Amino acid sequence: MKFSLEKLKFGLFKTKENLLGRISQAVGLHKKIDQELLDELEEILIKADVGPSTTVRIVEGVKKEATKNKIEASEKVIGLLKDQVTSILTAGETSSNDLFSPHVIMMVGVNGTGKTTSIAKLAKDFKDQGKKVLMAACDTFRAAAGEQLEIWAKRVGVEMVKSMPNQDPASVAFDAINSASARGLDVVIADTAGRLHTKVNLMEELKKIKRVMGKALSGAPHEVLLVIDATTGQNGLSQVRMFNDAVGITGIFLTKLDGTAKGGIMIAIADEFKVPVRYIGLGEKPEDFQKFDPVWFAEALFT
Amino acid sequence: MFEDLTIKLEGIFKKLRGRGKLSESNIKDALKEVRLALLEADVNYKVVKEFISQVEVKAIGQEVLRSITPGQQIIKIVNDELTNLLGKERVEMMFSAQPPTVFMLVGLQGSGKTTACGKLARYYRKKGRFPLLVAADVYRPAAVDQLKILAKMLDIPIFSSKDDPVKICEASVERARKDGKDLVIIDTAGRLHIDEPLMLELLNIKKAVSPQEIVLVADAMTGQDAVNIAKTFEEKIGLDGIFLTKMDGDARGGAALSIRAVTGKPIKFVGVGEKLDALEMFYPDRIASRILGMGDVVSLVEKAEETVDLEEAKKLEKKLKKETFTLDDFYAQLQQIKKMGSLESILEMIPGMGGKMMKGLKIDDKAMVRVEAVINSMTKAERQKPHIIDGSRRKRIALGSGTSVQHVNQLLKQFFMMQKMIKNFSKMDLKKFEKGFFSFR
Repeated sequence: MKFSLEKLKFGLFKTKENLLGRISQAVGLHKKIDQELLDELEEILIKADVGPSTTVRIVEGVKKEATKNKIEASEKVIGLLKDQVTSILTAGETSSNDLFSPHVIMMVGVNGTGKTTSIAKLAKDFKDQGKKVLMAACDTFRAAAGEQLEIWAKRVGVEMVKSMPNQDPASVAFDAINSASARGLDVVIADTAGRLHTKVNLMEELKKIKRVMGKALSGAPHEVLLVIDATTGQNGLSQVRMFNDAVGITGIFLTKLDGTAKGGIMIAIADEFKVPVRYIGLGEKPEDFQKFDPVWFAEALFT
Repeated sequence: MFEDLTIKLEGIFKKLRGRGKLSESNIKDALKEVRLALLEADVNYKVVKEFISQVEVKAIGQEVLRSITPGQQIIKIVNDELTNLLGKERVEMMFSAQPPTVFMLVGLQGSGKTTACGKLARYYRKKGRFPLLVAADVYRPAAVDQLKILAKMLDIPIFSSKDDPVKICEASVERARKDGKDLVIIDTAGRLHIDEPLMLELLNIKKAVSPQEIVLVADAMTGQDAVNIAKTFEEKIGLDGIFLTKMDGDARGGAALSIRAVTGKPIKFVGVGEKLDALEMFYPDRIASRILGMGDVVSLVEKAEETVDLEEAKKLEKKLKKETFTLDDFYAQLQQIKKMGSLESILEMIPGMGGKMMKGLKIDDKAMVRVEAVINSMTKAERQKPHIIDGSRRKRIALGSGTSVQHVNQLLKQFFMMQKMIKNFSKMDLKKFEKGFFSFR
């Protein structure tokens, strides 16, 4: 995947318009960094789904830096804000890019966040790197989920392990990993059924899938990616907490960041958890996504 | 449903309740906390601002300060204002005098449109309509297949073709007319509200079939953007109502409050699960009291009335009179309760069970399944005369049901206790007992 700041900027156009546009407007109305301007910043951040507690922390940070360095001019506030956001985003643990053989990735998330489309994106990216990819249709619950994945597999040009409706999803994962090991494939990406994180039984099922993966191949899954919809509000925190408790998330795939999505929840998540954002989805086509780089992201957002 | 918000508000109100007199600053402090709770619940910033200032004006007004129970007064004001925000009364779906009536479901990707279509079709067939499902999502891979599978599960006809969405919808209404179907439910493709070409397509569908109801399907977990999404759909194509989905999670429901407040469009339905019967009507006043932790008894009673079989209840009454309550009857009762939905959703409606009570209390629907399995593994004789179940029978039952002897013991213990209770009751006023216990009438 080629990293392109232009593309990222374009994808984040709406988010940015929301954030930077409003901040610039607020800055224009004030000469100095005063309480009024800070209150407006607070409003803008909350409206971008950053959440009340992280927002307060950011605004306090801006205020502190401004006083400490005797910064008064209001236009400097954007830079201060960018620093605060960058430091929050980079605080998360970085994840390694090592690939195991086969490298097993498990995708989890609530309903309708875009797990299947995100799998297509990852698969295409690995395939473009010359890797042999196998998809596993472990969503055996939702009507036509398998068909949806199959269409993507064909479009992207990778193989897929099919499943029967209501088949035990763990068995599908088991078969896929065994088949990949036997045939020397490089990457296995497992789709799981969307589930609300509050459903105890469904979370237990997810744990079982993960356990069984480990039985097929010791150490698997090597990555557990939580797919979160960027339009999600503060509920995103609860999603991260509970999926992490259940299956130990290694990273986040933030989808639907194009459009008007605000994605401020990502800042709140980074502030509260150590789970890094790995990828961001910026459209419906398989190539519409990017690896997440906090510095670049803050750059794209604030300049 | 609104657990977390309820807990927060309960805590704030508790502090207020404890005071005999409230000063202006007491009220302001409390409202600051209410503001934070609402923001954390994803209620739109502007809506929160207005809400708080409304409550403040009323709360700092004369009545509260002079009242003997100022805390209660404030709670009442918050409750009233919440109900106001949510819309005062339930708004029903509109039906055309000349069938077929057309419902068109729109929304972002992944909000749950297809499932919502299935739920509405099921619901209105139960109400005596003849629905036709229409697959107008030609973009998302396998979207048509998904609706087809739902239609098959429900045994409801579906219309689909390889045409473009506008033509599909037009043709579907024709088909409905010909086949004598009086309700057409259109599943459109998910789209971003800023996607001009796709929004235009919706407008063209609207022009072609002039639907009675254009329903926005919105995810309850949506953040501050919920309002913009709803507003754009309203401006571009016009909305008649909202179907709020995924309300069975721990979403705090701020989206619900905000969408109604900003667009003025009523929330009509609430999706509370992946199964096709997981559909609730939206009643603003009931939801407001649920948010405040006061429960929703009306909905509970209605749910019970809808599902409890009168015949069964009468049969049971006879049995009780003869004091022959067996495991078979116990089993039948379980089935009745099961029809009402998940235990969690039932408990949520009981006053005092919302908020703190529910937090951390994970209800295991599997427990019911286990009890069923145990009873299913018993012989007829054992079910009629449970006292014959000895040690070796217990072992067999445990093995047969895939549970353990402990589970069997537990169930039998519960059953014997119930039997004893019923004996005592039937000596008292049976009518009264039945009223309160089994039929919820």
